[in-house]
Amino acid sequence: MTVEKIKLMQGNEACVEGAVAAGMRFFAGYPITPSTEIAEISAAKLPRVGGKFIQMEDEIASISAVIGASLAGKKAMTATSGPGFSLKQESIGYAVIAEIPCVIVNVQRGGPSTGMPTSPAQGDVMQARWGTHGDHSIIALYPSTVKEVYDTTIKAFNLAEKYRTPVILLMDEVIGHMREKVVLPREGEIKIYNRKKPTVSPEEYKPYKATDDMVPEMANIGEGYRYHVTGLVHDEFGNPTNNNVTAEELIKRLVNKIENNIDDIVEYEEYKMEDAEEVIVAYGSTARSVKSAIDILRDRGRKIGLFKPITIWPSPKKELELLGKNMKRILVVEMNMGQYLLEVERICRKYTEVKGYGRVNGELISPNEIVSFVEEG
Amino acid sequence: MKALDDKKLIVEENLCKGCGICVAFCPKNVLKIKNGKVLVHDIDSCIQCGLCELRCPDYAIYLGGK
Amino acid sequence: MTNYLIEKYYRTERLPHIWCPGCGNGIVLKAIVKAIDNLNLNQNEVCVVSGIGCSSRATGYLDFNTVHTTHGRALAFATGIKFANPKLHVVVITGDGDCAAIGGNHLIHAARRNIDITTIVFNNNIYGMTGGQYSPTTPTGDKGTTAPYGNIDPNFDLCELAKSAGATYVSRSTVYGVNMITKQVEEGIKNKGFSFIEILTTCPTYYGRKNKKGNAAEMIKQLNEITINVNAYNNLPQEKRENKIVIGELYKDIREEYTEKYDRLIKSF
Repeated sequence: MTVEKIKLMQGNEACVEGAVAAGMRFFAGYPITPSTEIAEISAAKLPRVGGKFIQMEDEIASISAVIGASLAGKKAMTATSGPGFSLKQESIGYAVIAEIPCVIVNVQRGGPSTGMPTSPAQGDVMQARWGTHGDHSIIALYPSTVKEVYDTTIKAFNLAEKYRTPVILLMDEVIGHMREKVVLPREGEIKIYNRKKPTVSPEEYKPYKATDDMVPEMANIGEGYRYHVTGLVHDEFGNPTNNNVTAEELIKRLVNKIENNIDDIVEYEEYKMEDAEEVIVAYGSTARSVKSAIDILRDRGRKIGLFKPITIWPSPKKELELLGKNMKRILVVEMNMGQYLLEVERICRKYTEVKGYGRVNGELISPNEIVSFVEEG
Repeated sequence: MKALDDKKLIVEENLCKGCGICVAFCPKNVLKIKNGKVLVHDIDSCIQCGLCELRCPDYAIYLGGK
Repeated sequence: MTNYLIEKYYRTERLPHIWCPGCGNGIVLKAIVKAIDNLNLNQNEVCVVSGIGCSSRATGYLDFNTVHTTHGRALAFATGIKFANPKLHVVVITGDGDCAAIGGNHLIHAARRNIDITTIVFNNNIYGMTGGQYSPTTPTGDKGTTAPYGNIDPNFDLCELAKSAGATYVSRSTVYGVNMITKQVEEGIKNKGFSFIEILTTCPTYYGRKNKKGNAAEMIKQLNEITINVNAYNNLPQEKRENKIVIGELYKDIREEYTEKYDRLIKSF
């Protein structure tokens, strides 16, 4: 039955709906505010579609089980918030180097440490980029509406499978807990991407030999392709090596398979940018306030628009650079002390003025506040 | 003399690390360590008990057939 | 006739392995492989998972589905693998530091769930990979590079821990009694539930040298002297039991296995 489904949904609920639609059949998690609903709803939904839910003993165990399940062929996800995201970082690096698709949701709350568990924040933007040790690239997405949560979760799974990499889905407390009307796509309208399977026999299979798009074919455990998976630097067979040439080739490929496909990965939204002379860069719940602020400012005659990256990492460099060249001023508004500002400055400050506005008290940034910032600054 | 009719003692020299465990557990003093590797110096005494193979951590010595 | 077990189940091109001369790990590993061979398991359906440390390098040498994970987390990864595909025979190879220190939490919870994973701890009483620091199983008073004056920590009885946490098969053996290792691993794999097998093994390079235990062969013989079979132990008078480490099958229980329980839930819809 492909009738249109309209639902009033919470962000965390939309995340699970999207995940299941994308093919998630494994969830391992640990309770943490404000992401817990994702685990709760997964626990209810997954066994009904033949999937598996497990509440692990801690955050590290959750991401580890997710990686294990993905190796065994399931699309797998975990969800957490700042403290748990910190704990998962080592294993996220494992998924990077061993090239294991998985999705890690971080519904951000105030930090550092236990911080403000029930308040929104956007303080983990840089941690999403550089949280695990060592050189690597990462994909991180950040929706700002409930429908976008649904779509972006599907996209997160697709990118994870396509590029054999962990994908981080950043949300914040407001996005996770807010309820909105969502029109769900009909069955068959959703694009699903599954990992590339080996095209050769087990004898010929090299689990870490890159194909044209730099992504190796992936055999699941139990399919007859016996190979070694390790967090050590490894050769095409997965065997550990200290060979300097192999190491450099591997690390560069892992970075480039993402950075060189940036056009495929990057997604963003523009609002009232047609004639804009100034732009505000904002993402997540903050982008919602910025939209209202832009409406107010436009009424007062200001030519201003919003650039909202949905793909936070890798950052939309090309698009930001263009803004740098064309805008009189770029303003970055975010619920932190200027994390994405650093990235926008890096790309744009040689072309134009870049200014940031941040807040870290657990409150949303209001439209009026943004209006004042734009008019006074 | 005990003839090794269907089995012989095989040493994989490239795998041997010369730890001496096989020498110590051989009940018939068939083996010794020479130049850091195991050496079968008295094959006639070998009774094919397999204790060397059992505890060789390097898979460097085993009873093989003809 | 070749060295059958090695040829069939090892990635022979990876040999010789990285372990030191006289390290017991190679002995344990072959005993495990022999058990898998005795059980006639399909190599494609065996998944061996390890953490970080000397013993955890074992997976790299084996021709199964092998996963060398992060430090302490082998059981958490293995839980994901087994739960995702219950048809697989999942074996975890871990060390005393990997399993009992950094991975202790995962051990007790995997045991509590009674998930069908056979966990084999290579206990050499020391952190070998990092150069001889004391571990949770270093006997009190023994030395390590981080216990230059003798370890003041009480050491863990891992089998008691696993049993208390809910494992349904618990046993201990040593690299002296190699065939006992094989027998126990067979039983562990056959047990439909969480099996815990502690193997006392030797680290002549660090633990042995730091504690003047003699050479590799002498250390193996000492393992025979300090251990006693559980049946003999039970017949000993209390005063003679002191300082003996009990080996053999220590505990068995029958309890529904975790993935089967969940599959029942799935089928109920």
